[in-house]
Amino acid sequence: MSRVMIYKRFERFWHWFQALLIFTLLFTGFEIHGSYSVIGFGEAARLHTLAAWALIVLWLFAIFWHITTGEWRQYIPTRNGLFAVMRYYLIGTYTGEPHPYRKTTRAKHNPLQRLAYLFFKLMITPVIWLSGLLYLFYNDWPETLSGALALETVALVHTAAAFAMLIFIIAHVYMATMGPKLTSLIKPMVTGYEDLEEHR
Amino acid sequence: MKILALDRFIIRFGKLSAQVAMAGALVCSGFSVYGAQRPPATADHSKFEALQGPFENAQAVTEACLGCHTEAGEQIRATTHWTWTYEHPETGQTLGKSKVINSFCGMAITNEPRCTSCHVGYGWEDMRQPPPTADNAVDCLVCHDTTGDYWKFPTLAGHPTYTPREWPKGSGNMVQPPDLELIAQNVGASGRANCGSCHFYGGGADGVKHGDLDSSLVDPPRSLDVHMSPGGLNFACADCHTSWGHQVAGSRYQVNAADTLGIDVPGHTDLSRASCQSCHGDSPHPQQKLNDHVDTLACQTCHVPEFARGGVPTKVWWDWSTAGRLDEDGQPITEYDEHGHPSYLSEKGDFRHGENVLPTYAWFNGTVEYTLVDEKLDVAHPPVEINRIEGSPEDPGSRIWPFKVMQGKQPYDTERKTLLATHVFGADDSSLWSNFSWPKALKAGSEMSGMPFSGSYDFIETTMHWPITHMVPPAEMALDCASCHASNSRLAGLPGIYMPGHSGNIWLDRIGWLLVAMTLIGVVLHGLARILLKGREKS
Repeated sequence: MSRVMIYKRFERFWHWFQALLIFTLLFTGFEIHGSYSVIGFGEAARLHTLAAWALIVLWLFAIFWHITTGEWRQYIPTRNGLFAVMRYYLIGTYTGEPHPYRKTTRAKHNPLQRLAYLFFKLMITPVIWLSGLLYLFYNDWPETLSGALALETVALVHTAAAFAMLIFIIAHVYMATMGPKLTSLIKPMVTGYEDLEEHR
Repeated sequence: MKILALDRFIIRFGKLSAQVAMAGALVCSGFSVYGAQRPPATADHSKFEALQGPFENAQAVTEACLGCHTEAGEQIRATTHWTWTYEHPETGQTLGKSKVINSFCGMAITNEPRCTSCHVGYGWEDMRQPPPTADNAVDCLVCHDTTGDYWKFPTLAGHPTYTPREWPKGSGNMVQPPDLELIAQNVGASGRANCGSCHFYGGGADGVKHGDLDSSLVDPPRSLDVHMSPGGLNFACADCHTSWGHQVAGSRYQVNAADTLGIDVPGHTDLSRASCQSCHGDSPHPQQKLNDHVDTLACQTCHVPEFARGGVPTKVWWDWSTAGRLDEDGQPITEYDEHGHPSYLSEKGDFRHGENVLPTYAWFNGTVEYTLVDEKLDVAHPPVEINRIEGSPEDPGSRIWPFKVMQGKQPYDTERKTLLATHVFGADDSSLWSNFSWPKALKAGSEMSGMPFSGSYDFIETTMHWPITHMVPPAEMALDCASCHASNSRLAGLPGIYMPGHSGNIWLDRIGWLLVAMTLIGVVLHGLARILLKGREKS
């Protein structure tokens, strides 16, 4: 076993700041949607917009970081070992089998994680951003756009993407507890360090 | 050398900060002082020989006025205030007080000289004729009296009373003739009370008709009307309803529902200021999201959260069908509601009054079409719309406006299927208020208006839309977001708008929350299974 830096400082900052912003956006977003009334529509809309801009700026940095460090390769999907991982979460976790995936610093996400995060990054987030920006700048749509697209459509797509985000978060948070101990997967996301088995 | 306070300030804080402070002081005083002050007059009317009197009657005052203001009489006679007719440029209908029927006392033509007591002239006793044409028949004083003592007596076709006279009838209250010399020597620009002497009392009494115009606006607190309040800007009506040769801007038949000209700059626009945008422009809020609403909402929709807020109730329901019921002694009955407002009068039927009334909202492009007295009604589908407001979300000239919707029941001809004008006022043997007989009153109404009447009548429910635009409180009292962006939205049911917080797709929500719930349940079950099986492993 060796103790290695698996999540770099920026990566951890990005992850947790993004988590904070997404929780803020979900909370305020569903208030704007009318699901409940806690802080009031106006305040919710203000915070939602603010958090959205913050998240966009954060993502610009994150995209730059992924490209320049080559970390984007972590999300290249693979079928190799995918079913073993799925089998582990469905059965192995109960029977005490070891996790079939051995993470390394160059491949720190298991095949299922890769798929889930790729879906998050390439589907949920772009849809939520694009629809959100269209929503925010509804009044400035050029005429060709306002003739072809209704605000209602944008709003419904944005809401649907928000549900997808919420579902992702629930699953993501739960699965973060599925290490050998409850916190063994969360701790490296805080400290950056994880004890990995030696490469063979 | 003497150092002035300003110089001392400059020495201490620098010139720039002094300028900033001066500008700030000017801006602040602009709000508090300039709003309340008028420029000094260039003429003191008490010094005019022609106004020394004595004046035998009000026309004599008019003659004196016209001696200097040579064109004013002619100008007045060209206005709607005088003609009581209005050719609608959009619908082609001929409207105006002499033509339309409303859901209050019906038509003016069957009730002069009561109704013509608000004509801006003297002696229009027969509305089948045009208003009197004599030069001195124009009433200058109703608009230009500043003493408050000039009052057009309600039953004298526009004249003040020239002898002590009782009003209201049977009250014992004697109205004294006005001091015409004093009034003539104190004429000036129209104030709120001048316009209000007629416009606050439409429908027969204070606040009855409009809902956003009543006597509380003579001296309103800021919370009632930030522009007209002496504690605010102390505006006269005419500060917004600017005039051009006595033609007053602002029409209820053809409303400027969406003023996209923005701030009216001299030389660039027409100088009429009868819209919020004339002074505030079309992006008046510091928050862009609020400005994003101006292509959909009229300013009044958020900024007049309720009407009839000044302590004067407005009528919201008037059922004429119950009028005429008398007590055992054959005497008229008066009943009051729990607020002390009349709820039944034998003369007028059943009423409902409202204070602090929530407006009804509708798309409006400014055009109002009337159901005129000769128009066939769709009696199978009441209520009859006495006036119809045009507008739709597709129309770029439409905005969502607040309205007072007057409701009630009024007579119609069951054979001819038309509305009927009622002769309500008059000390004669046919008026409803003196005789309590509908057949007589309707027959007389028909003869006076020239509209045929088959003799058979019934009552039909009617509605009438009155745009709400006055009683604007300070900005902090405007509606908050959640007044509309909520499940119980004020704008619920209006077409063409998607309101976050109110609108949505019920199936998207159901499926979305179902999937969320399933995920949660899955996670909980998976977790429970882990805990249980782990325990078993250890044992």
